[in-house]
Amino acid sequence: MTVNGLKNIPEFSIINEGDMDKEITVPFCCDLLSVAMSKAPAGAAWVTIMGNVNALAVSSLTDCACIILAEGTAIEPNVLSKAKIQEITLFKTDLPIFDAALKVYNLING
Amino acid sequence: MSNSLRIQYLISDEDFTRAGEASGDVKAKLKMMGVNPEVIRKVSIAMYEGEINMVIHANGGVIDVIITEKDITMILKDKGPGIKDLDLAMQAGYSTASENVRALGFGAGMGLPNMKKYSDEMNIETEIGVGTTVTMKVFF
Repeated sequence: MTVNGLKNIPEFSIINEGDMDKEITVPFCCDLLSVAMSKAPAGAAWVTIMGNVNALAVSSLTDCACIILAEGTAIEPNVLSKAKIQEITLFKTDLPIFDAALKVYNLING
Repeated sequence: MSNSLRIQYLISDEDFTRAGEASGDVKAKLKMMGVNPEVIRKVSIAMYEGEINMVIHANGGVIDVIITEKDITMILKDKGPGIKDLDLAMQAGYSTASENVRALGFGAGMGLPNMKKYSDEMNIETEIGVGTTVTMKVFF
């Protein structure tokens, strides 16, 4: 399933569209950036509450498919502008991290 | 070393918003060179952790990157406080990062361990009050 498929999850809203044709391999949950840096699989739909520019850097360096900001996490204006420049797809949701990841998991696994 | 590419990056002081730009740039260059994606991932992680360490602990510094056909060498040099206990700093989970830094999602004590894990060779020279130089090499 591609990132575009996540638009079918009603609880998710899209904040920035990057490469929507990227294939999602797996949902991945983590809020510590150094841990995410070493553990996020390529193509991951990364569910986190870290809505800062450093999370964007980690997402980009680890080739995540997209970031899903859970728990209604607010982002700073510089995050949106940087996401646009780096073409990183950002979703937000009020769902808790686990529930958001489960939605992605269920969509991938039919 | 005839076909080597040398790049120098200045890592600015306390600027978390720019941390990752140097490693991102190196990543893009390696991608253009057609380097194996797993190797690019190793380089990206090792260098990004180094960049973050320089911002968090050492008021920035300079990173020299040398890319040859066989490998990449990253030399991260700072004029920070130096590392008091290197063995302790290399332990996963040990961190001297401030609360502010932790709030950004860092300070998990994984920086140096990640750098060692994802580089093929790593050497650290550090002196209290003078600074630290970390040299990492990753083979293609």
